[in-house]
Amino acid sequence: MSIVTVQLGQCGNQVGLEFFEVISNDANDRQRKVYSECTNDRFFSETSNGDLVARAVLIDMEPKVISQSVAKAVKSGKWRYGEHSYFSQKQGSGNNWANGYCVHGPRHEELVVDLVRKEVERCDRLAGIIAMMSVAGGTGSGVGTYATQCLRDAYPNSFILNHLTWPYGTGEVIVQNYNSVLTLSHLYQLSDAILVHENDTVHKICAKLMNIKHISFSDINKVIAHQLGSVLQPALTGDSNGVYNKNPLAELMSGLVCHPEYKLLSLCNIPQVSSSSMVYSVFTWSGLLKHLRQMHISNTKMEEGIDWQVRAPCLQSGGLERTKSHRRKGFNTSLANLLILRGKDVYSAEIGGFQDPSLYTSWLPAVEAFSIWKTPVTFNKYEKSATLVSNSQALLQPLDYMVGKAWNMFASRAYIHQYTKYGISEEDFLDSFTSLEQVISSYSLL
Amino acid sequence: MTQSVVVQVGQCGNQVGCRFWDLALREHSHVNKTGIYDEALSMRVFGRLCACALYSLLTDAIASPQAVLVDMEEGVVNEILQGPLREVFDSTQLITDVSGSGNNWAVGHWTYGSAYKEVIVDQLRKTAEHCDCLQSFFLIHSMGGGTGSGLGTCVLKLLEEEFPEVCRIVASVYPSAEDDVVTSPYNSVLAMRELTEHADCVLPVENQSLVDIVNKIKHMSYSGNPGSMIKKDTAIISGRGGVSGAQKPFDAMNNIIANLLLNITSSARFEGSLNMDLNEIAMNLVPFPRLHYLVSSLTPLYTLSDVSIPTRRLDQMFTDAFSKDHQLIRADPKHSLYLACALMVRGNVQVSDLRRNIERLRPTLPFVSWNQEGWKTGLCGVPPVGHSHSLLALANNTCVKSTFMELRDRFAKLYRKKAHLHHYLLVDGMEQGCFTEASTSLSSLIEEYTQLDATKTRMIPDPTRLNIAT
Repeated sequence: MSIVTVQLGQCGNQVGLEFFEVISNDANDRQRKVYSECTNDRFFSETSNGDLVARAVLIDMEPKVISQSVAKAVKSGKWRYGEHSYFSQKQGSGNNWANGYCVHGPRHEELVVDLVRKEVERCDRLAGIIAMMSVAGGTGSGVGTYATQCLRDAYPNSFILNHLTWPYGTGEVIVQNYNSVLTLSHLYQLSDAILVHENDTVHKICAKLMNIKHISFSDINKVIAHQLGSVLQPALTGDSNGVYNKNPLAELMSGLVCHPEYKLLSLCNIPQVSSSSMVYSVFTWSGLLKHLRQMHISNTKMEEGIDWQVRAPCLQSGGLERTKSHRRKGFNTSLANLLILRGKDVYSAEIGGFQDPSLYTSWLPAVEAFSIWKTPVTFNKYEKSATLVSNSQALLQPLDYMVGKAWNMFASRAYIHQYTKYGISEEDFLDSFTSLEQVISSYSLL
Repeated sequence: MTQSVVVQVGQCGNQVGCRFWDLALREHSHVNKTGIYDEALSMRVFGRLCACALYSLLTDAIASPQAVLVDMEEGVVNEILQGPLREVFDSTQLITDVSGSGNNWAVGHWTYGSAYKEVIVDQLRKTAEHCDCLQSFFLIHSMGGGTGSGLGTCVLKLLEEEFPEVCRIVASVYPSAEDDVVTSPYNSVLAMRELTEHADCVLPVENQSLVDIVNKIKHMSYSGNPGSMIKKDTAIISGRGGVSGAQKPFDAMNNIIANLLLNITSSARFEGSLNMDLNEIAMNLVPFPRLHYLVSSLTPLYTLSDVSIPTRRLDQMFTDAFSKDHQLIRADPKHSLYLACALMVRGNVQVSDLRRNIERLRPTLPFVSWNQEGWKTGLCGVPPVGHSHSLLALANNTCVKSTFMELRDRFAKLYRKKAHLHHYLLVDGMEQGCFTEASTSLSSLIEEYTQLDATKTRMIPDPTRLNIAT
């Protein structure tokens, strides 16, 4: 089964490019015939002369980024984007969600849906659609939200996963909080799951772990691509009976998104080292998993600076009711977790720590809440790699911060005239704030 | 690729505009040193095809840049037609008259405005039709005279009527206190009203600041220290003649404004990892429709020619951008309130350098309470000619208030005595009411800025969030 990727806006297109690079390199790494075939079928289509063409649609309201991405793909020599799989306009969305959603979205709706349909028709069977975008700008966020809406209408029975990049807290775009609030509130109704990467977090990973002196967006995107790849590449799951899983999106959703009120997913990946140190590093599963578990419950996204003081609360015997006193400060309660292990000796890994009921909320039994995929094939040159996809309170604080900042600005009605002139009223803003406060409240009560 | 149209009005506007086209072509030819004509080019933003023999490019085709030159006396425009840019413009783009506006805003706005309205609109429409995708109009003019100020603001009104969706960015040169035009306060205040109502974004520039910057650079280059020799052609004030080459008197100052316009559009013309388009500038820097006056600063001002001296550190560039000496108006933004700030970086600078400097400078700059992280950033891969990197900072800051207050005071001094008023009132269409309205508009603008300033010292509590029933 195949996945169609829709890359929206500058960020979506730049991340998408790195993503396809990572998975194509991974698939071509050494002789792993069945694995490679599975990747190629899932993400690429093959032309008559053996070229690999990514199953992707590139959308942007200005042409520069798309032409760069297409050129870089061709340069890689191993794969490329389809000749007619992109759509761009001349003038961008001006960082204005309302411009993207109310003007550009509807104006180009037919063309965009058409492009996606052509890509979907090239698949034997569609596993689902991944939309990659940022939330801070105008195109990725505004046009992306509108496009998700159209795709939801066009493919009501397919899975749609939105991959979002959240901006730096200290601002890349001044109205980023407005754009983020509007995007998230709308996507919550439309998407099946929302997988989030935050620029701040990934930046820290680049700085501390990978030792990159001058971090560029390309470095950040490579880390994001690596983490995404570790989730979406072929894996052996509980249900797949010894062959690679057919529909990773379906299994991801069924494992993690069990309640429509809880759709925010975050990623934790270990190890993350620079390619130069990789040769000198030796990892054991027990070490990796111990760190990963602590990273998860203390909500740190990297191996350095983990707070080991945060402990899981002890449940009373037969304890079903989680009282307030058990909610320790800094402890990240999960609704559901998915652990993905790839590499050598994967079957010897001890994963009991993740099945501990104290990690999870009281109303979902741990045996339901936890799933695991173990694949004996190495990923992206890492001898052992573990990823935890989790539906937990990890994003609660950043979300709360974002909504708080936006509300602060909204109180003085700053910049609102820029949105109202395209058709987004103050009521729309209030609706969005309300729905996100609801999400925040639900996650706080886990 | 989006296009912009440049409309230059009046003597000052045309002289600055001239410098602008000169520098734009220089940048264009520098980037295309190989001489191979490349389709996706920087000049596409400003002209359909733009190759010019003088700049050693392929003389494939010479077609005109998207510009409209307006002046009510012929001297300046004639000079352009005899100078090196004569091949670049064609006669239909020039709209001229003979006698000038006599430093009278009313003559420029009402008399010439109504007389030339059809011609101007016609030419604008023709120019706009040549554009695939018109994104913005740049209006360059001065505030103190008659044509630039009066006819310029009339053109602004026309642009709003005919092309309401296209962004209008205005570079206005404000007169200094010792201006030789006696009626410049009247002209400026009358023009201010139009700018507040009809422009999307205004970049005020003060002559005095430009003079200071020019003097600083000249001082550097003449000081004679071997370590401080400025590399040829890199100073922000140099045109084709270079820093010490023969230049016309205002050329050095005009080059600064020209560089400002080039840097603003750099992201639209060249690739970068974080693009910043013109409509994004208007979107992010204008929180309230009337408060659209942006303080700009450009760094570095020059590159030292002695290669053994380490190039100005990147961080120094960021610090300079916020210093009083680099601003293009006489104001100190650090001691007033920032509403929003945009940083446009050109050259080989990565996002981590940008972030580091923002974090470093952030605590020293007072931001308004509801926009504590109000930064808009852009990274463009191509640096300007002669530099390895450069920074343009645009800030929406309450320090513009001081410029406006000075203007209002000078206006009041003249108006109290009703001095020179009769020249204006004699013009058809002009009444005394215009003066009072303009003055009121300026006062209320100043009041808005003052109110925001007042919030600076007060501790504003965060507004309470919505409560969800659980």
